[in-house]
Amino acid sequence: MSAERRDDGTAPAARDDGAAGPSGGAQPAAQNAGSAGPSPAAPVLVRADGLAVAYPGAPAPALTGVSFAAPAGVRVGVLGPNGGGKTTLFRALLGELPPAAGTLDVGRCAVVPQTERSRLDYPVSALDVAVMGALSTLPWWRRPGRAERAAARAALGRVGIADRVDHTFGDLSGGQRQRVLVARALVQDAPVLLLDEPFSGLDTASSERLEDLLAALAGEGRTLLIATHDVEQARGWDRVLCVNRRQIAYGTPEETLTLPVLEQTYGAALATLPGDEQTVVCPPHHHAHDHR
Amino acid sequence: MLAALHWLTDPWQEPLLRRAFLEVALLGVAGGLLGCWVVFYHLSYSAESLAHALLPGLVGAALLGLPLLVGGAAGLLVAALLVAAASRAGGRTAGGLGVLGRDTAVGVVVATLFGLGALLALSAASPPGLDGLLFGDVLGVSDGDLWLAGGLVVALGVALGLGHHRLLAVGLDRLSAPALGVSPLRADVLLLVALAATLLVAVQGLGNLLVVAVLVAPAIAARRVTRRMGPMLLVSAAVAVVGGWGGLYLSYDAGTAAGASVAGVLTAIALAAVATRPARSRRSGRGARSRARPPRTSPASPAGR
Repeated sequence: MSAERRDDGTAPAARDDGAAGPSGGAQPAAQNAGSAGPSPAAPVLVRADGLAVAYPGAPAPALTGVSFAAPAGVRVGVLGPNGGGKTTLFRALLGELPPAAGTLDVGRCAVVPQTERSRLDYPVSALDVAVMGALSTLPWWRRPGRAERAAARAALGRVGIADRVDHTFGDLSGGQRQRVLVARALVQDAPVLLLDEPFSGLDTASSERLEDLLAALAGEGRTLLIATHDVEQARGWDRVLCVNRRQIAYGTPEETLTLPVLEQTYGAALATLPGDEQTVVCPPHHHAHDHR
Repeated sequence: MLAALHWLTDPWQEPLLRRAFLEVALLGVAGGLLGCWVVFYHLSYSAESLAHALLPGLVGAALLGLPLLVGGAAGLLVAALLVAAASRAGGRTAGGLGVLGRDTAVGVVVATLFGLGALLALSAASPPGLDGLLFGDVLGVSDGDLWLAGGLVVALGVALGLGHHRLLAVGLDRLSAPALGVSPLRADVLLLVALAATLLVAVQGLGNLLVVAVLVAPAIAARRVTRRMGPMLLVSAAVAVVGGWGGLYLSYDAGTAAGASVAGVLTAIALAAVATRPARSRRSGRGARSRARPPRTSPASPAGR
């Protein structure tokens, strides 16, 4: 299945080129036309059916009516305002919050948290952080050994950090730290990756490298759920899930990134750019860390 | 030359001081290792509070003629229960904490318990020598105390060694630790139990008021000169042992109180380390720092990614 995706050649490359530039929204139709998506035979790795998720003791669910199926090899942009339920959905996928209603069928998930949450004054190397990915499969009395360190080194090489394995984690740039956290998730070797606003705070060059990496990981048959605020970026991915305390829409970017859907997702305070009905600029958002 | 040798060896001729050197070394290794985690988990205030709060238990045991260890353990248990009760007192806020807030609750409970302990210690019925509970009696340690300290070092070494990577993961990012299969609650429990055990054992040698020095000061010094947790643990333990022995020499030469001298030398080392530049900025040849500084101001530069 992964071979099929790699063989279809130009499609992923065309998508990445379109999404990488800061003015990537200039030709959205052309990008989407080249989007091949997963093969029809791809197994579904994440399936939610009428899912509702509530926090313990809360009077009402934080997220309701979530129904979608994400096959292997797709990048799903998860859009929604702060407090709209993106993080709540991730916590449900991780098994930290049980479904209050409906069903959720998901394989093993690894999470790539926001790099801002990590302590930068902490005495760990990039390798130390990547090795933490092995803890999920080790019993409590076993320390990560040579095999786990080798896997962590391989993962760091995979994300392009091979030359900075022994650098202090806090000394790396934001983009490098984000890739170390991706490497940690790769060490967990989970088929589903959850990325929490991985592009926030990254410069253009770092964003491009991360975008290429995510495309390659999807090409290997992983399913990526990427929480983001960047509508234009999500246009370059395979699926989009819009939530605002309930599921607003799920489908291809062409189907979902329309003005009515985005108005429902973010409220009515949206602006269209003159001459391009498709392009939507989201209102400024705060990067609060307590969003759910 | 010979005088210096005598200065070094003389204190070791005395059996009392030999035991004190051994006790300080054992408590130094225990405090130095655990202290690194105490500093990174922001548990210094908890350590100070627990040490103070077990005073009434110690005094009570001394008054009743029970082993100090039993009294201290009972004191810790009472303090923990009172803190839990006080932080819920007066209703709960939206965040799930009581209106007092946890740090205020700890402050109230500790002040109450320490005051109660002082009241008991100053009563007419109290036996002489209770100031040893406040300031320690490192020159009066028994064989049992030494065995206890040795057992503590072994237990701490095993627990912190097995838990090392999980403690690191929780300390780096507590919120994403569960997704790595690591429970922050278990990490906290491990550290708090280790802290309680270390305080119970160390409080008899170093005293109620001074025991925190051996937990916090060596770790602060080690943090300034190391960049990885492994070396930091080793340096911290070494600083604690060497500083502790320095305190005993000072006490022998200057005739100062032993526990206070140990605490004084340890905190002096920590202050000196804090006053010097940290290790990381001195190693500008290590690429990471020399690169990280200038480009960070221009995020678009390719060198900054």
